This record gives sequence, structure tokens and C-alpha cells, in this order.
Amino acid sequence: MSTSSETVAAPVAPASAAARGTRLVFRSTVLGRPDAPVLYDVDLDVSPGEILTVVGPSGCGKSTLLRTLAGLLPPLGGTAEVDGAPLTGPSADRALVFQEDALLPWRTLRGNVELPLAISGVPRSERRARAESWLARVGLSAQAGQLPHRVSGGQRQRAQLARALADSPRAVLMDEPFGALDAQTRSGMQDLLVEVLRGTGATIVFVTHDVDEALFLGDRVALLGSGRVVAVRDVPGPRDRGAVDDPARVALRRDILTSLGS
Amino acid sequence: MTRRPLARYALRTASLAVFLGLWQVLTSLDVDLWLRFSQFPTVTDVARAFADRLSGGDYWTDLTDSLTRILTGFALAAVLGVAAGVLVARSRLAEDLLGPVLEVIRPIPAIALVPVAILLFPSNEQGIVFITCTAAFFPVLVSTRHAVRALTPVWEEAVRTMGGGRLRILGSVVLPGALPGIFGGLSVGIGVSWICVISAEMISGQYGVGYRTWQDYTVVNYPGVFVGMVTIGILGWVTSTAVELLGRRLTRWLPRTSYVPGGRTRAPRPAPAPAPVRADGDPEQQTQPEQQRQKDTEEARDEHLV
Repeated sequence: MSTSSETVAAPVAPASAAARGTRLVFRSTVLGRPDAPVLYDVDLDVSPGEILTVVGPSGCGKSTLLRTLAGLLPPLGGTAEVDGAPLTGPSADRALVFQEDALLPWRTLRGNVELPLAISGVPRSERRARAESWLARVGLSAQAGQLPHRVSGGQRQRAQLARALADSPRAVLMDEPFGALDAQTRSGMQDLLVEVLRGTGATIVFVTHDVDEALFLGDRVALLGSGRVVAVRDVPGPRDRGAVDDPARVALRRDILTSLGS
Repeated sequence: MTRRPLARYALRTASLAVFLGLWQVLTSLDVDLWLRFSQFPTVTDVARAFADRLSGGDYWTDLTDSLTRILTGFALAAVLGVAAGVLVARSRLAEDLLGPVLEVIRPIPAIALVPVAILLFPSNEQGIVFITCTAAFFPVLVSTRHAVRALTPVWEEAVRTMGGGRLRILGSVVLPGALPGIFGGLSVGIGVSWICVISAEMISGQYGVGYRTWQDYTVVNYPGVFVGMVTIGILGWVTSTAVELLGRRLTRWLPRTSYVPGGRTRAPRPAPAPAPVRADGDPEQQTQPEQQRQKDTEEARDEHLV
């Protein structure tokens, strides 16, 4: 714990951004629960610092893909690698943001954000300062002392985001984090995500069932369907609200919707 | 609908007063209608005997003896029960090794273990603690086991992806998450403990409230018997209230409705009508004063267990 990203004022060090993210690689990997594989022959190479969004119909194995990357599920065949080494289990380097409430209900929002810092051995006083600073970044300073069930769903997901980023992970895996939010809150959360990720240099894998969300956030979009990765496409003008009318983007959107529909 | 706390306490006191009044009337008039109250001591007899006892030394010795026995037994049961419950729920090996033995011993009433206690332990004292402990152990074990198995898996997965190991999961997820269930078991356990400590004292004790009560019965001192019963009642009530309050304090994070039937309501809230749920379900744009009020009432809860 001696990187420059430890300072309180700037929890993230933009200078070393490019080198920070992990590279996540699947080579002809089979994914699923031990007795129920759902994805076969997955070849995927997520480069450091990239935002890869994953779309697909529900039940196609999006969450499975993410849980395998997080180390919660072992790959059933082929190889899964993190920075060239085999993926063996969960690590603080790869944070996971869940779709449903994964905050510990007996801890305040601040307590939840402090938890990953406590696990990695950050001293108590520094823990609190860093948690406060992250909560401020996601706009929850006023709610820091609240219990999760006392705040709204959007605020809970923002707290989860702060918790995931607090210990400066090198990859953040997000499992439909905004899936349960209404449209307005959701687009606000997307902007917030782009805002807080800026300069972290973390590799992001973002699973969603919303094609527009995938196109807005992702540098690339991976399409899942019928037990395999159907395609991985580059997104023109990622994270640019103005690029919605870009003809290339419109064409890509139509392509994706067509292949999801079939 | 919601009565003021003062009115509720008045009602509770009245309930006790009516009970005592009825007792006094039935016994002082020597009512004999199938149920026979003629042999019963009156409330005033019992009160007089109680006052006599309070001034003597034996009463306090009995009290401390009984309390020491139950608190030792109960504390042991709490620790062992939680440990065994977590172990059985979290480890298949432990479940296979301990499960069958525990399930066979569980149906045996703890008081039926008196012969075992006499054979096992060099002194009566340890035997009584053993019986009390066994009595409370099983409710704690069973409710801990259920509570641990019912934990939301996402909590554990979240801590694992933060790099937390088994100890961290135990301390930060399993124990705090199972606490509401554990306290359910402790509440049942303290009640069963009293039954068993009193019975064990009646059978084999020297000193203790149960022993004294039985002694009084054998020498036909009925007011004395009732003094013993009243004492047991009060001690049981005090200890189970203590467990209940501790449990409520440690599980304040549980979402609760503002009206708890049968619960102790707090002072009425200054602003009775909370902000109406917004149509779009997004209370994030709460008004500043309301946020402040929430913060004020909630900041006190900013404490976590581990």
C-alpha cells in the first residue's frame, strides 16, 4: 500500500492512469456453474483501461461472465487470465458492483465504503478520510451516516460505486448496476460513472441489458447470445451524449438490436 | 390509535393491580368453588413474608447463588451455541461430525440430565450450571444455524471480492448478519434456563431460590413458597428484558416500521408525516431541512459492530 493513489485529497492518481488497469483475457473458455455451463468457447481480450460493455438477452450468461472475472466462479474449461497469470480467485484488485443491494445493512454508507479499506489494512483515521472523500465524489456527503435502507435505490448504488472504487482497484466489474433505477436516475448515474472513472485508469467490464447504455459507456460492446460471444464491436464516440445521432453509431445500434432480436 | 407512553405504563400497572386485587379477594374470602382458595396465602400474607425475608441474609444468598448459576450457564450456552451453530451451518465436515450427536441429545429435556450431571461433576454447583447451560444451548444453536444459513449470499460475495478471507467474512458478515436470529435464540434460551436452574435447585441444590421454595413447601410455609415464586417471576422478567434490550440495541440497523405492536414506542416524532413517496420513486431531491432531520436522528446509529 504505497502507491501515490493513497493520498486523501486525490484518491486516484491520474498520472499513472495508463498503467493501472488490468488486462483480462479469456481463451476458448467455458463459463457457468460447475454442473451447468452457459457460455462456450469465449474469446475475449479486455485491454488495460478499456471500458467493455456486455449486452445480451437475460439468462445469456452476462452475470456468469462477470462472476468468473471476479473469481467467484472458476472457469470450466479453457483459460482465464489476469495480466498473463491464471485467474484463481477473488482479489481486491477486481472490484465487483452488484445489481441488487450488496451493501451490508448494519453498516452506514460510510462504514460500507470503509470496509474494503479495512480489509486491505488502511489505518483507521485514513480510512475514514478516504471514505468521506469518495462519498463526496458520488454526492453522498450528507448521507454518510445513514444506514442503507434509509436512502433511495439510486443512492445505494452510488454508495456501492464509492465502495468499489475506494481501494483503487485495477478493474471494476459492474453487473447491471443501474438496472433497477428509473430512466432519469439511470442517465444521471451514467454521467456520474464517467465522471468518477475519469483518471482512475481502471479496466471496466460493464454488463447491461440496455443497448443505449452499452453504447454510451463502452469503448467496445460485446454481444452475447445463444451460449457464446456473438460479436465484439468498437463504439464510435464513446461517452459522448452528442454522438447519439452519429450515423455510424445509429447503424451499430440497429445492428445490435437486430442481432439481439433474432 | 397510538397511546402515549404514560398511558401505556398506567395500563400495564393497572393490569398487575387487578391481578393482585383478584388474588387478594379470592383468598381473603376463602372462596371454594371447585378451585379452592381457602389454603392460599393472601397477598398481604405474602407481602409480610417477603418483607421478613428481605431483612434476612439467607434471601440474598439464595438470590446471588441462583443468579450466579444462571448467568454462568447462560453465558457458556451463548458462546458455545453460537460457535456450534456457525460451525454446523458453515462447514459440511462439522455438520457431519457434530450434527448427529447434537440431534440425538437435543430432544432430551435438560432437567432429565440431573443423573448425568450428578455422575459427571464433582459438585452440585457445577452440575446445576451444566444443566442450565444445556437447556439454553440448543435454542441458541438452532436459531444461529438457521440465521447463518439464511444470510444473503451477496454480502459474502461482496466481501470476498474485496479480498476478505474467512475470518473477515465471519467477523464482518456472518456474525453481524446472523445477530437478529441469534438473539431470538438467546431470548428463548434465557427462559428455558430459568426453568432448569429452578428445577435443578429443587432437586439437588444447596441454597438458591428454587431450593428455598421447595424447602418452604416441605415445612408447609405457603407464604414462603409464594415469596419464592414471586422472586423467580421478577428475576426471570428482569433477565429476559435485559437480553431483549441488548438484542434491540445491537440490531438497531434492522428496518422497522415506526409502529411496533407491543414494543416500547419512543417519544413521538416531531414531524409525524414523513415526505410522501415521490411518484417517480426518487427521493434523492429531498429538501434540505428533511435531510438534516434524518441526519440528526440517524447519525446516532453510526456505529458498526466490526
